[in-house]
Amino acid sequence: MSTNCRRRLIRDFKRLSTDPPGGISGSPCPDNIMLWNAVIFGPADTPFEDGTFKLLLTFDESYPNKPPTVKFLSRMFHPNVYANGELCLDILQNRWSPTYDVAAILTSIQSLLHDPNPNSPANAEAAQLYRENMKEYVRRVRATVEESWLDPEEQQAINEAESEDAEPGASG
Amino acid sequence: MSSADEYSDDDVGYYDEDDDEMAIDDDGSASEMELDPLGDFNEGTSKKKVYEVDYESLSQAEVEKQMKGDVDYITSIFGVTPDVASLLLRHFDWNKEKLIEKYMDNTTTVSVAAGIMPPEKAPRRPAASGGRLHSSSESTKESLIGPRRSSRRIASAATKSGKSKILDRVAPPAQDEPAVCLICFDDTQTDFLSLVCDHRFCKTCWAAYIESKVKTEAESWITCMAEDCDVVATNEFVKEALAEDKQTWERFHELLVRHYVSHRPELKYCPYPGCTYTASCSITKASLATQVPIVACGNSATHKFCFGCNVDGDHRPVVCSVAKMWLQKCHDDSETANWIKSNTKECSKCQSTIEKNGGCNHMTCKKCKYEFCWVCMGPWSEHGTSWYNCNRFDEKASKDARDAQSRSRASLERYLHYYNRWANHEQSKKLSVELYAKTEKKMEEMQMTSELSWIEVQFMKKAVDEVIKCRTTLMWTYGMAYYLDSSNEKELFEDNQRDLERAVEDLSELIESPLDPEVIKTLRQKVTDRTVYVTKRNEIMLEDTARGFLEGRWKWNLPVVGLD
Repeated sequence: MSTNCRRRLIRDFKRLSTDPPGGISGSPCPDNIMLWNAVIFGPADTPFEDGTFKLLLTFDESYPNKPPTVKFLSRMFHPNVYANGELCLDILQNRWSPTYDVAAILTSIQSLLHDPNPNSPANAEAAQLYRENMKEYVRRVRATVEESWLDPEEQQAINEAESEDAEPGASG
Repeated sequence: MSSADEYSDDDVGYYDEDDDEMAIDDDGSASEMELDPLGDFNEGTSKKKVYEVDYESLSQAEVEKQMKGDVDYITSIFGVTPDVASLLLRHFDWNKEKLIEKYMDNTTTVSVAAGIMPPEKAPRRPAASGGRLHSSSESTKESLIGPRRSSRRIASAATKSGKSKILDRVAPPAQDEPAVCLICFDDTQTDFLSLVCDHRFCKTCWAAYIESKVKTEAESWITCMAEDCDVVATNEFVKEALAEDKQTWERFHELLVRHYVSHRPELKYCPYPGCTYTASCSITKASLATQVPIVACGNSATHKFCFGCNVDGDHRPVVCSVAKMWLQKCHDDSETANWIKSNTKECSKCQSTIEKNGGCNHMTCKKCKYEFCWVCMGPWSEHGTSWYNCNRFDEKASKDARDAQSRSRASLERYLHYYNRWANHEQSKKLSVELYAKTEKKMEEMQMTSELSWIEVQFMKKAVDEVIKCRTTLMWTYGMAYYLDSSNEKELFEDNQRDLERAVEDLSELIESPLDPEVIKTLRQKVTDRTVYVTKRNEIMLEDTARGFLEGRWKWNLPVVGLD
C-alpha cells in the first residue's frame, strides 16, 4: 500500500513538472512527500485573473483510493470555499476516482474558480453577491487577488492593518 | 426454567433433612414448583408464554439462501445472470415488485442506474473529447447527491486549459490496451481487469480499491475506478479481484447480507459486535404497543436484543415506547437531577433553586429577596442575634419551611427513587462477570471439599444466571413504575416487583456468602429452592405485565407515543 501511494505521488510529480497543465504548479515538501504545496493562477477573463492562490494538499496512505485533503492557504472569496480555506468539491468527496492525480485535482479547482456553483454555497455571502451583485463580487474577489501576491508575513501585516480600515494595497 | 426438573430427580434425598429450614420464607412454593414448574402458565396448546414472541434465528448462510432465492427468481424472469440480478435487486433495495415493474417499463434506464452497463455505450466517447462529459442522466444524478457539493468536471477544465489528455488517458479505446495501469503506473503489472465499461486497471489496484471501499467505508456498492463511471462491480468480479484477499472477500459478502437484511422488515441483524446472525420475526409495528419482541440470536443465548427498537438487550416487561422514554429521561436528567439534589435547596418562599457557592448562612433569594437561613431554611428575621450560628433547627417556622421545600422536591425525589433502583440493578448486572468468576471458584472449591461432582455443583451457576436475568426484569420494572399512574393495578405491579426483588436479593446474598464445607449440602438445597422460587416470581412479573399490556390494564401518568 504505502509503496503504491508513494510511487504514485512521485509519478504525479513527474507528470506535473514535465507536462504541467496551464496555470497550476505544485510540488511535495522537501522532507515529506505526503504534503504538497501548490499554486493556482487565477484563470484569465475571471475576477480571479492574476491571482496566485496557494494551497496545501495532504495525502495519506490510502491515496489514490481516497482523495487527499485540499485546503487554500490564501484567503479566498468564492462561493464554494469555506472561510478556513477548505473547499466543497464533488470530486474530492463522493465523486472521487482513483484515476485522478494531482494535476487533475488542481485543474478542477482552477475551473471551479472560473465557474462557481452558487447553489451549494460554502460562503453564503460570496454566493449571494455572485448571484445578485456581480460588481461587488468582483470587487471583493479583486481584493483577495491583490492579497494573494503578498508573502505570508506581509499578508499578516495587512490583516492587522485591516482592522484599522485600511485598504489592502499592492505593495508586493 | 427446566432447571427445576433436573434438580427434582437427584435432590429427593435431601429434602427431609432441610424441610424445616426451607419452609420458613418460601411457603412451600418451591416444592410446588418441583412438581409442575410451568404448568400454570402454559396456555395448553403451545409452549410460548404471553411475554414471548415467535421468531427464528438465521445464520449468515441461511440468509444467503434466502437472498439467493430472490436472485434466482429475478434471474428466471429476466433471463439475466445471477450477478446482474443481484445488482438489480440491490439497486431496488431488494424490492422485487418494484424492480420488475420498473425493469419492464424501461430496461435501459434501470440497467444504467443499477450500474450494469454504461450509459449510451457508443456515443459516450466522442463526447469526452468534445469537452462536457455529463449527459442529462448525470445531471439528474448530481441532484440526487445533494446540494452540498459543487460539481466540477475535469473535462471542462481540461478543455479550457487546452489539455484534454486526462480524459483520453482514463477512457482509452478498448482496442489499444494500456500498457500500464493508469492508477499505479507500475509497468511490472500484467494482470488487468475491467468491468463492462472496458476501463482497464491492474488487478493490484482493483484489489486495493475494493479493500478500501469494503473495509473503511463498509460499502458493497463498488463503482468502476474510472472518473464518472457508474458501472458497478459484480460479485464475480469482486471475487476475482480479491482472489488473494479472502478476508476482504468475506467482509464483502457480509456487507451484502447486511444490505439485504436491512431492507427486509421481517429481518434484523444481531447488534452484538462480530456476530453475523440474523433474527427473523414477523411482528407488526402496531403490536409493539402490547408486545415486547425480545429475540436471541442462534450464535449465543446472551445475544438478546429487541426486534422492535434499538435496545441491545432484554427490556421486558416494558414495551418499547416506554423503555425508550425512560432511557431518554435517564440519559437527560439523572446527572443533573443528582447534582441538583446534592448541591441546591429551594427558596422556601418562591421555590427558586439556589446553589450556595460561598459566604455565610444568611441567604437572600435573588429572585424574591426573601431572607432565610441556609441551615434550617427558616426566615432570617427570627434568628435575632444568633447570626452565623443556627440553633433553631427544630422551631416551627423553619420546620414548615423545610416541609414546603420537601414538597417541591417530591417530583425530583420521585424520579431519583426509581432511577437509583434502576441504576442499582444495572450496576449489579454489570458486575455479573465478576460474579461468574467468583462463582466458578466457589464451584471448584465445592468439588474439592465435598463429594459433589461437577454436574452437581452447577446449581450455583444456574442461580447466578437466574439472578442476572431477574435483575434485568427488575431494572425495567422501575422504569415502568415511574410512568405508571397510581391505581390498584400499579399497587399489584409493585407488589409483584417487591416480591421478585426480595427473592432476588435473598438468593443473591446466598450465592455470595462465604462457603462453609460443613453446610454445603444445606446450601445447595437452599440455593436450588430459591432459584426455583425466583424463577417463578420472575415468570409472574413478566407474565402479569405482558397480560396487562394486552388487556390495556396499565394507565400512564403522561401520554406515551404509540400507546392509547
